[in-house]
Parts: sequence; C-alpha cells; structure tokens
Amino acid sequence: VQYAILCYDREEIIEAWTKAEEDRVIGQHRAYASKLAQKGKLGPVLRLLPTSAAMTVRSGDQPLVVDGPFAETKEQLLGLWIVDTETPEEALEIAMVFSGHKGHGSLEVRPLREMVSLAAVA
Amino acid sequence: MTDLAWIDSALTSARPQAVAALLRYFRDLDMAEEAFQEACLRALKNWPEKGPPRDTVAWLIFVGRNIGIDQTRRAKKQTELPDEEALSDLEDHESDMAERLDNAHYRDDVLRLLFICCHPDLPATQQIAMALRIVSGLSVKEIARAFLVSEAAMEQRITRAKRAVAQAGHEFATPDAADRTERLGVVAAMIYLLFNEGYSATGGESHVRAPLCDEAIRLARLLLRLFPSEPEMMGLLALMLLQHARTAARLDPDGNIILLDDQDRSLWDRRAIDEGLVLIDKAFRHRRAGAYQVQAAIAAVHARAASPADTNWGEIDRLYAVLERLQPSPVITLNRAVAVSKVGGPEAALRLIEPLAQPLANYFHFHGLRGALLQQLGRGREAREAFDRAIALANTPAEAAHIRMHLDRLAAEDGATQRKQKTA
Repeated sequence: VQYAILCYDREEIIEAWTKAEEDRVIGQHRAYASKLAQKGKLGPVLRLLPTSAAMTVRSGDQPLVVDGPFAETKEQLLGLWIVDTETPEEALEIAMVFSGHKGHGSLEVRPLREMVSLAAVA
Repeated sequence: MTDLAWIDSALTSARPQAVAALLRYFRDLDMAEEAFQEACLRALKNWPEKGPPRDTVAWLIFVGRNIGIDQTRRAKKQTELPDEEALSDLEDHESDMAERLDNAHYRDDVLRLLFICCHPDLPATQQIAMALRIVSGLSVKEIARAFLVSEAAMEQRITRAKRAVAQAGHEFATPDAADRTERLGVVAAMIYLLFNEGYSATGGESHVRAPLCDEAIRLARLLLRLFPSEPEMMGLLALMLLQHARTAARLDPDGNIILLDDQDRSLWDRRAIDEGLVLIDKAFRHRRAGAYQVQAAIAAVHARAASPADTNWGEIDRLYAVLERLQPSPVITLNRAVAVSKVGGPEAALRLIEPLAQPLANYFHFHGLRGALLQQLGRGREAREAFDRAIALANTPAEAAHIRMHLDRLAAEDGATQRKQKTA
C-alpha cells in the first residue's frame, strides 16, 4: 500500500534553524530517502515553499482567491514523502525514522487511494 | 536534533511575537524584554524535563507576564506601582491567551514593536541595531561584529536609542488601516536597510555581515505571514530573495564585487529565485504597484535570463520607467539609462543622462556610465575625462580597478588606431 507521509511543523521554528541545523536534518532526510529509493519503496518527495508564497482558492458562486495558506494553524504542511510498504507498521516505522531526525512537529501517515506508479517517477 | 538546539530555535522564533505581546501588557520595553528573558530561562529549565508546550509562544507570554507582575508587586514596596491603566490588560487566562495569538489584533503587536525601533529621531543604523537587538534577539556582541564596531560602542548606541524611544511614548491603541499602511511602509524601509547593510559588504566583511541579510529575510517573512495580502511586503521579500540568491556568485576570491554580467549564474540559488518569482507574480495580481514590487520585477528579469545576452532589456527599461514615476530620482534614471543603452543604443542613453550631470556631479556611477557610453560612441577624449572623474570618486578599490580596466582598454584602442594610422 502506498502512503503519503505528510510533514507538519511550526514554519517559523524551522526558519530559525541555524544553517548547520538545517544541513544536518536535510542531510539525514536525504540519506534515509535514498536508502528507501534503493529498495524501491520511495515515490515522489516534495518540499513546499513557505506558506507566505501560498494562495488559496475559496469555493463559492464566485470562487475567491486569497493570499496565504488554507488555514491559519500552529503547524504548517512543509513537505511530503510517498512511500510504498507492505504493512501500515512499516510506513509508521519509516515516519518514525524521519521524525527522529528533528524530533519535533508531526508526521501524518496517510494511505493513498490512487496509486502513484513508482516506476514512472523514478 | 538535540532538545537544546530545538528549544533555541523555538525561543528565537517566538521572540518577536512574545516580546511584542509583553510590551502591550507592560507598556515598557525594558520590562517586556526582561520578562521574556526570564521566561526563556524557565523554558530552558522546564521544557527538557516536561517536554515543550504545544503552543510555545503562548507559554512564553503567559509565563513572562506572570514574572512581570511578580516583579511589579515586589517592587511595590520600594517604588510606586505603575498606574492601574498600564496594567489593566492582565486579567485573562491561558486558554484565552492561546486564542488571542490567532487574533487579528495580535499582528499589530509585532508591527508596533518593529515600528518603535524605527523612531524617526534615530539614525538609520541605530534603528537597525535596535530591531536586531529587540526583535531578532541578536546579542550586542553579534550586532557589534556585524557593524564592525566595538561591543562597548554598540552597547552605548543601543542604550541611547532605547532611551530616545522610551521618552518618545507610544500609541497603544489599535491602529486604523491608514496607520497600519504607514507603519508597514516605515518598517519595510528599515528591513531593506538592514538587508543592504549585509548585502553591500565586500572583502573580509562579507562573511560577518551576511547574517544581516538572513535576518532581514526572516523579518520580512514574519511580517508577510501576519499581513498576507500586502503586495509591497511580497515585493520586498521577493526583492531580497532575488538579490540574496546571487550571493555565492557576486564576490571573487579576493572579496571584490563581480558585476552581474560577469557572474557565474550556475552559482545562483535556484530555490531562493523560485520563491522570489512566485512572490512577485503573486504581488502583481493585486494591481497595486509599489517601488519594492517593481525593483523585485527588475531583479526577476535578470534571474530569468540564462545568460546576460538573454536579458530582456526592453522589459527592464519599461519597469524602470514605472519606478521613475513611483519614486522619481536621478539614480533611478541613471539605472534606466543602462537598459536604454542596450535597447536604443548609447546615444539615446547619453541623452537621457545629460540632465543628471548636475544632481549626480559627485556620483561615481554617473561618470562611470557616461564614460562607457562615450567610449562606445568613439568619443575617446571625453570618455577618458569621465573615467578620470569616476576614479576620483570611487568608494572602493574594486570600483577604481573596474574603471582603470576601461581606461586601459581605451589606451589599447588608441594605440591600435595610431598604429593603423602609421601603417596607412
């Protein structure tokens, strides 16, 4: 089953990271992601630009475009990994490894309904 | 990540909002800062054991406020309590507080804090130093280093600035839309000055001053998150990102500035450029042009060009024409002349800058550009005069060296012409 691992954290805390901190976390993410990729378990990896770059379309008779992210929440969606695992436990384990790299924020593990072809994106 | 590194980032990121809220409660900058410092010390003690609170900012404000109240009560015996009205905002509870953090009026706290640093009586460098100390929380030592002055001198500067600000008194009522726009404009100008303090550094200074650029970008992001629909804030952030993206390409190993045309564009930071381009497109949807947006759009034209030859100079000329209307200044006309020379040739550009001879008589770049245009037109003697004038006005050895290169080229051309005449 394929899962999206959605990474949520406080954007302004991430922005306050020192360069060394950022390099360390991203480096660990990359190293682990490439291991998963070698096993054929990793699909697209997306890192999102800050929410200040976001726009939101609000549905209605006349859809409205507003600046900023969809919701003013404490934690923001910062990026996601798509993984392909046999069991939900395995997906959770992967999420735990990613979360161990920075130790805060949350990772939502969400099964995908439409499957992404891993071969197509590789 | 170690807990301490995380807590450090959390405290840094919470600072503007927490100090701003505490300032609203206490109406005293020193008291707000001290209460925040105390709250940070308690966070460092409590969070590693008990885990951080869900809402770190609310926790720091709540704890900081209690600390402030305690101190006021203790001081009561020695001195008189601040008047009741100044402390009237102290009755709510934590749940209420958490809700307030998302409240729209809360944005005005941060804006007020930044605006206070921009007191018009303070020289620009002191405004920036204040913002770095109070809003960003940089240590006096770090700020002194970035400004290339001694720690003692910077300490004195900041103390003096704080005193001036404290005497000025502040408006704590919620600003109306016009006030807000005005404050945002003043604060944006200070943030851009801060950025330029870092960006204009060359040589050995560039290393210590680069963090000023990062800090300016962080403050602009903070403001844009609080005021997500302000096109000029988008423009300012875009402008800084697009300029900052060139950092790795703009100094040679000796620390001299490499001009845009000669930069290795593969060294430009694509991620910063992408974000800048998105922001400028987003800003233009509002159809409320402003100086930062237009300057960012000009930087965007350069960022989109794979090589100098691919630059859309016509678009840059048009954008400078808009900027001239928004913000008439001889320097902007001079910059436009560069684009005009690429589109319409050196003669058109020369005509455009002739009226600037008086206002820019002592401006290095005026004589540099004029010399280059005259050189292109084959008016060697006049070009040499202009270049000589430019060298006399050069601010850095790199600027002088650049002009000398032109003079050498002129001399070489003269030599070639003379040889040709001899053989003829």
